[in-house]
Amino acid sequence: MAIKRILVANRGEIAVRVIRTCERLGIETVLCVSEADRGSLGAQLATRTVCIGPSQPAKSYLSIETVAQAALGYECDAIHPGYGFLSERADMARMCEDEGVTFIGPTAAQIEAVGDKLRARAEAVAANVPVVPGGPVGSPAEARALAEQIGAPLLVKAVGGGGGRGMKLVEDLAELEATMAMASAEASAAFGDARVYLERYVAQGRHIEVQLLGDGAGNVIHLGERDCSVQRRYQKLVEETPAPNLPSTTRATLLDAAVRFAARLNYRGAGTVEFLYDVAHDEFYFLEMNARIQVEHPVTEEVTGIDLVAEQIAIAEGQGLRFEQADIAFSGASIECRINAEDPDNRFMPSPGTVTDVAWPSGEGVRVDSHIVAGAKVPPFYDSMIAKVIAHGPDRAMALQRLRGALANTRIEGIHTNLAFQQRILADPDFARGGVDTGFLARMVERETA
Amino acid sequence: MSLTKKDIDLIRSLLEDSQFDRLNLEIEGMKLELERSGAARSRPATGSARVDASRNANPAPAEPIAARARTSTEAGLVEVKSPLLGVFYRAPKPGEPAYVEVGSRVEADSIIGIIEVMKLMNSARAGVAGEVVEILAVNGEMVEHGEVLMLVRPL
Repeated sequence: MAIKRILVANRGEIAVRVIRTCERLGIETVLCVSEADRGSLGAQLATRTVCIGPSQPAKSYLSIETVAQAALGYECDAIHPGYGFLSERADMARMCEDEGVTFIGPTAAQIEAVGDKLRARAEAVAANVPVVPGGPVGSPAEARALAEQIGAPLLVKAVGGGGGRGMKLVEDLAELEATMAMASAEASAAFGDARVYLERYVAQGRHIEVQLLGDGAGNVIHLGERDCSVQRRYQKLVEETPAPNLPSTTRATLLDAAVRFAARLNYRGAGTVEFLYDVAHDEFYFLEMNARIQVEHPVTEEVTGIDLVAEQIAIAEGQGLRFEQADIAFSGASIECRINAEDPDNRFMPSPGTVTDVAWPSGEGVRVDSHIVAGAKVPPFYDSMIAKVIAHGPDRAMALQRLRGALANTRIEGIHTNLAFQQRILADPDFARGGVDTGFLARMVERETA
Repeated sequence: MSLTKKDIDLIRSLLEDSQFDRLNLEIEGMKLELERSGAARSRPATGSARVDASRNANPAPAEPIAARARTSTEAGLVEVKSPLLGVFYRAPKPGEPAYVEVGSRVEADSIIGIIEVMKLMNSARAGVAGEVVEILAVNGEMVEHGEVLMLVRPL
């Protein structure tokens, strides 16, 4: 069934990103906006907008019923959820299934299968995909036995957590019981789920993920990997493809493992399997699967030349995969910097406000995904990311050179941003060498403040 | 002379097809202001006195649900806005009398209609005491969050 009108249930740069592809494909867009986003760039670009609620996301962008009602009221064939908000809510996908609206994403059952960390881990084991040594624990005796098997240091993680929230480090197994009790109580309060599990702590790890496309009938292809190891408090800041200095045999087995995981689920749509790469042991472990388009998808688009949003739509239409694995060619390297409205000099506090003036870079191999134009408002209610600056080159050195040049030609007035901070990351000799681990940024910040 | 809804639709489509963002029209004491939403100024909050019959035109190339332009020119009317997005119903059930009609007296907590969101019924209240002067929302059609449902002359 051809999709003619899509309800875009998101905001910011990803709303603009989805609208642009729809424009190119001749698909009409109805953009959901909250009160705070009525004047946004997306609202100006969409075929039309619908105000779905007040600025608070819980009453607008997170309201499943309102979004579904808007799709029905405006006779949209499909909903594109972007990332965040409702993108990985099984109840949203299920309501779409019940109401006959196409959800541009996986099935509700698939979202459930990968959304629960313990279930996802079990799925990985079943697909013969390596997982971090560890597992769920109930009683203290059970925990002790498992902890001795794993060895210290280890992590106690909340089943309902994620993005670095709800985990605790145990360096001495004598502290295990006390830490577990605390983690469980905190998890219950924060996520409404007291279950915890244990995991080996990888001292030097890299975050490497694989971009996948699945047709929902068991056919899955990969579009290469991304290295997202430059993180501050588990928030990605710089992402790139290919992962620098990764042994080619490791890369091949990692890509295979990701495809195997998704194929076993008959995964439908675009998705990403995240791995923790243990540098010292040259081993990788399954972390989780993200059942949506990712923030960092542009670097993959740059090296493959494939519009991932267009493929999401084609799969949702039932066209299946329009490429075979052998059709996917990788050209050069691409790096992305996330520009956030935050003040690195003031503990990275969010810096909402009005962007009085802005100049985005352009030039060969340079791409900017953003919803920010002069006069744009950065409301205090949402994520602080305001742009992604992406550079592509025939090799990593050229991509990096272009990205440095691009950031030097970026100017954002009226709010604080992490632009200068990003420039320092790109200038760092370790980053330039490539293949830094997830502790890189904390060490860099420590050096700077010392 | 007064403008009909059809007239306003026609004027609005002229604006939409043009390269202009704003249109001001005055005919025999009646004032119509149309604006593309991208060029919108800050609007007075609900409850403040309005002296003109302005309404922001929505740039809506994909068939607008319904064109609802206010026609009352009276000063001081209060806009009763929809508290959420949903389907607007004027009566508790089909066939039953509407909660309010033009001329009805309402209190601040009077129910003036129902907003249905995915089979959940939410009541919309007047929020102001007064007399209903005009009903803009169409029974059985979708209204957006913040859309003007009716105009009330406060007492």
